[in-house]
Amino acid sequence: MIEIKDNILTQEISELIGKYGNGREALLPILQQIQAKHGYVSEFAQQEIANALDIHPVEVYGVITFYSFLGNKKKGRHIIRLCRTISCDLAGKDAIIRTLERELGIKFGETTKDEKFSLEFINCMGMCDQGPAMMINEQVFTQLTPHKIVDILKNFR
Amino acid sequence: MPIKNKSVIFDRENLNKENPKEFLYKALKMSPSDLILEVRESGLKGRGGAGFPTGTKWMLASAAVSDKKFVVCNADEGEPGTFKDRVLLDEFSDLVFYGMIMCGYAIRANKGFVYLRGEYRYLLDKLLKYLDKMHEENLLGKNILNSGFDFDIEIRLGSGAYVCGEESALIESLEGHRGESRNRPPFPVNTGYMGHPTVVNNVETFATVPIIISRGAEWFTTVGTLNSKGTKLISVSGDCKEPGVYEVPFGISINDILKLVKAENTKAVQVGGASGHCVPKEQFDRALSFEDLSTGGSIMIFNESRDMLHILKNFMEFFVEESCGQCTPCRIGNIKLLEGVEKVEAGDCALSYIKELIELGKSMQLASKCGLGQSSPNPFISIMTNFENEIFSQR
Repeated sequence: MIEIKDNILTQEISELIGKYGNGREALLPILQQIQAKHGYVSEFAQQEIANALDIHPVEVYGVITFYSFLGNKKKGRHIIRLCRTISCDLAGKDAIIRTLERELGIKFGETTKDEKFSLEFINCMGMCDQGPAMMINEQVFTQLTPHKIVDILKNFR
Repeated sequence: MPIKNKSVIFDRENLNKENPKEFLYKALKMSPSDLILEVRESGLKGRGGAGFPTGTKWMLASAAVSDKKFVVCNADEGEPGTFKDRVLLDEFSDLVFYGMIMCGYAIRANKGFVYLRGEYRYLLDKLLKYLDKMHEENLLGKNILNSGFDFDIEIRLGSGAYVCGEESALIESLEGHRGESRNRPPFPVNTGYMGHPTVVNNVETFATVPIIISRGAEWFTTVGTLNSKGTKLISVSGDCKEPGVYEVPFGISINDILKLVKAENTKAVQVGGASGHCVPKEQFDRALSFEDLSTGGSIMIFNESRDMLHILKNFMEFFVEESCGQCTPCRIGNIKLLEGVEKVEAGDCALSYIKELIELGKSMQLASKCGLGQSSPNPFISIMTNFENEIFSQR
């Protein structure tokens, strides 16, 4: 079973190489695609990408761990990122933190047991005039209130 | 969400009357050197905040000898409190792309990149659609508007790293590396993307160029101050009734901005984001300009109820997390400054130690490798200096 999964991943990576080329500059777009599809970049994927681009796997690992939107560990299917920067903070971020933690039963930095949600902070996401703001995956939610959080989460459960 | 006040430059109604496509047509009829001259004459300076003269940057890249050159639009708008590029990319992407094409034409580059921050991923599809439309209308691709000039634009996404807004870190990221800044010199205009001459400009800078070409450098110089020509988009957030993006002439005072956005009981204004300066009430007559208060556009307003130490702590936590860790002054320095703030918070900090930390901040400004560490001590120094009484009287 694992072997079949790995074969599919190898196939995916070679398709991405076909699209973006095998130059070093293709690394970030390839990682972004793998991350978007699988939620993380596994060690196997890192190795395969390194082979395809003819670079050391450590180079791939180094890039993944540098960028906050890339990860080498599996997280929840929906990643909730709440802006913690000052404008959102002044607009009432702390109440949103408490609501999210209570609704999901986890703390920031954790993933729910059913692997549906992960809670993270994000630095300024450019919604400072409409705070508090958060992203769920790529979707942006603004002017959050505790009640709004309950409604939003319903749509993702 | 559109620009909130009556704009001089970014006014869609006016632009539609002028037909922005004509701007591009006009630019491609000029000689590349005349185009650069026009941008130089206008006095346009980089809208990202550093304020390097755009015409000079283009001239340097144009003079560099290489078989390939590149144009990069820095849409990695990560400075806390800034969101004007989001509005520009959403509503004035035509001007941004035209500006990039003009730059390519001026320096003889055939390829442009937009480095769009990952947080703005939701704008990507719209932007790609617009690029397709430009291809169909022969505004992009081979032989643009029968000028004989070829240019194409590719959009690359960032992945959530503030430091990639620094131009050399951005180029590293484009090349598929960790976004760690490079030593400068050599500057990107000589040794940029893949070692080729590269112009990196802010979204707003590119978007302004077509207007300068259309209305002329002289028109542009009628607005602003002696060394800061034209208007500036500001992103206003914090304690005010009307937060949002405004277009204001350079030279406008903090007081006038506060009136514009209906702010009351204001105690302090953070100009230039986390890496900017905190301006106390006594200095609200100071002006937004490269000569006085320089900003990439972030204006954050704090009213009398806010705790300045809490604000400073938020900024320092931001820098500790976003420092790339490559150079020691920035990696260690920011942690030391944050620890200092936490000591003050705990009521356990000697005033003399804060003085030492301010000196450390000054060393960081001198010794850090890139703009991040060179500017991250700014809020510490300005808040600890301007609000020393408030901070220490409470603890």
